[in-house]
Amino acid sequence: MVVMTLEGNEAAAWGARLARPDVIAAYPITPSTHIPERLSEWIADGIMDSEMILTESEHSALSACVGASATGARVFTATASQGLALMHEILHIASGMRLPIVMAIGNRALSAPINIWCDHQDMMSQRDTGWMQFFAESNQEALDLILIAYKVAEDRRVLLPAMVGLDAFTLTHTFEQVDVPEQEEVDRYLPKYRPVHAFLDPERPITQGPLGTPQHYMEFKYAQYEAMNRAKGVIVEAMEEFGRAFGREYAPLVPFSPGGEIVLVTMGSMSGTARVFVRGARQEGESVSHVKVVAFRPFYHSKLAELLAGAKVVAVVERAFSYGSVGPLAQDVAYAMHRYGIKAKLANFIVGLGGRDVTLRDFSEVLETSKRILKGEEDPGVFWLNVAKEEVLKAEEVIWNA
Amino acid sequence: MPEEFEPIAPGHSACAGCGSTQIVRWVLKEAGPNTIVVNATGCLEVFSTTYPYTMWRVPWLHVAFENAAAAASGVEAALKRMGKKAHIIAFGGDGGTADIGFQALSGMVERGHDVLYVMYDNEAYMNTGIQRSSSTPLLAWTTTSPAGKVIPGKQQPKKPVAWIIAAHGAPYVATASIAYLTDLRKKVRTALSIKGPKFIQAIQPCTTGWRFDPSLTVKLARLAVETCYFPLWEMRNGDLRTFRLTYIPKEKKPVEEFLRPQRRFRHVLQNPDLLERIQKWVDENWERMLKLHEAAVNQKL
Amino acid sequence: MVKKVTVGAVVPWPGSTAENKTGSWRTLKPVIHYEKCIRCAICWMYCPEPAILKVDPDKYPAPEGKPAIAKLPAVEIDYDYCKGCGICAEECPVNAIEMVEEVK
Repeated sequence: MVVMTLEGNEAAAWGARLARPDVIAAYPITPSTHIPERLSEWIADGIMDSEMILTESEHSALSACVGASATGARVFTATASQGLALMHEILHIASGMRLPIVMAIGNRALSAPINIWCDHQDMMSQRDTGWMQFFAESNQEALDLILIAYKVAEDRRVLLPAMVGLDAFTLTHTFEQVDVPEQEEVDRYLPKYRPVHAFLDPERPITQGPLGTPQHYMEFKYAQYEAMNRAKGVIVEAMEEFGRAFGREYAPLVPFSPGGEIVLVTMGSMSGTARVFVRGARQEGESVSHVKVVAFRPFYHSKLAELLAGAKVVAVVERAFSYGSVGPLAQDVAYAMHRYGIKAKLANFIVGLGGRDVTLRDFSEVLETSKRILKGEEDPGVFWLNVAKEEVLKAEEVIWNA
Repeated sequence: MPEEFEPIAPGHSACAGCGSTQIVRWVLKEAGPNTIVVNATGCLEVFSTTYPYTMWRVPWLHVAFENAAAAASGVEAALKRMGKKAHIIAFGGDGGTADIGFQALSGMVERGHDVLYVMYDNEAYMNTGIQRSSSTPLLAWTTTSPAGKVIPGKQQPKKPVAWIIAAHGAPYVATASIAYLTDLRKKVRTALSIKGPKFIQAIQPCTTGWRFDPSLTVKLARLAVETCYFPLWEMRNGDLRTFRLTYIPKEKKPVEEFLRPQRRFRHVLQNPDLLERIQKWVDENWERMLKLHEAAVNQKL
Repeated sequence: MVKKVTVGAVVPWPGSTAENKTGSWRTLKPVIHYEKCIRCAICWMYCPEPAILKVDPDKYPAPEGKPAIAKLPAVEIDYDYCKGCGICAEECPVNAIEMVEEVK
């Protein structure tokens, strides 16, 4: 193990490098561009022995990954935002073909208006594509989760692709100390990929990607449902094995300061801010806890319900929204609460879209609002924080084409 | 009887008389069993692989409509990395090649992947029911370029997709017709002997979309060439000096002979002005190619 | 052949469309008149299924007085798969294939 000072993109690139992918196909996009740049440098210098395909679009990048993975290779790619959106069609195909592709995402807002800064809308918009989804809180987690993602994705009980999100700029371009494991340690944790179902070999000529009629389609989809359910156990196994191998503990859901009446639920880099806030609030006598969601797909509904036992208000603070409904994380939290009989009230706080900072002040407002909800002084619902609502023109106020 | 390599099985659900399997069969017979096929979404993909059945006796991959070239790039990179050698052949229709898949194809050619891309050109989106493509010829009827009272069929000429790929500097680009099987097989052989991206555009008469009797598929593939509507040529490295017409009809037949059996041109055959427009397009295109061929042969370029 | 719902919809049964007898599509049926057939195999080349087989030279009679032809593989239509498109009859250079009404 070597301690290095790495930005999040470099940490993700190290994760990919240590996984020894056979093929990398990528198209650069802010804020994840440094990932293919760094990998290209390592390949150019002969440090990494991978085939790099620098495609003409993200759509082709993932298509090339599918082609390479279907051939039997271990593959990696990285993208963000619009690039991930352009991949959308192929995301479904990769999971439908059960190809264990791993991808790093620099979590960035979607257009319009065009915006290169952080939120989680890009990955949330791909929530239902059948990919496992992990969110890193730190650069260390970005590296480690990529290795864990490969371990799970390639497990015969799973065979599903996975994406690991790291917040734009907050992680991608921010330097932190990162423990970089030795190659031999990683090789022990993550042996060479041996394809079992998907390969292109003239000795064994199989067909991949046929037409699935109504007679079979639903069974294929059921198989994906089962695989994602099985992934829940395999992820925990892989995280525990990672802990034993590298000394860093991971879990799909990470509780902090449990037992509070108010429980904050977050994902990604703002989780650190949330813990700092909770620690301070506890010292001031507030009854508040925190849960960090690392694995969003599959979602650990029952485990979350265990962590929410005794809560009176659950405050889901998230950097994405489902217009016409509530935030995507809140939807899953609501299902977990309903399914497992958690009687608490649920409030959804929307923060940090398009790179707006998520600060301790936001969490103060979350806590104050949650306390009012607890006392019955305010209805729970959706709260957009730190937004200049009074400055937002309505369509009927358009004056430049009057 | 010695067993001959048959790359495809019968029992697929192509229309009776479909020309695409003729192209596929002969390309793959030439390539041999050590071949991996990547197929764009389209007629060929659908009729050949309805789960749990597959027509293919070689490894075969379909990903989506617009990305056969990108997927083939990935296959090639993976094989290279895994130290394995096989021919990689991509098949795409005119939609998957000249239109929605054009960017991915351009990318594959520019990056220089060792792939033979074969476009089976049936001149419309046949899989979705005969809608115009950029490869649909001038004035042809399709369901989205109907022969209307005001607008008589497609208003734009056929996109010269093989020329555009040649302009990339691709090591080998050719056109082919199943009616000239020796020529087609030779071109496949040549293509597979060259490393890098190769492109063959094969005309594929479509009984359903061109609306002709299914027995006439090969005849129309022949008439397309005999009328100089679809000239057979090849070129290397985008170098005009290497341009060669590989077949020059002794007597150029009027394009009407090619159009006559096809009901997609019925309105054209009833209108001498429209017929003249198609003949003019054919003549200009052929004259240009013939001049280029002669200049190249006589080293005047 | 056990056809379960495979992982990733992989079809590990190459050439399995042969289980589908598309001969039932046929309305016109090609019949080879072997006494005319010069065994050039053009029909075999162009059959789009393919449903024309090359078989043992002795399996079918060859035109009389043509010993060279009699040594070539004979062609045979596999009616299990022939869809009756008629390309073979159209392309046959000696009109040795006749399309007749299919009677079922």
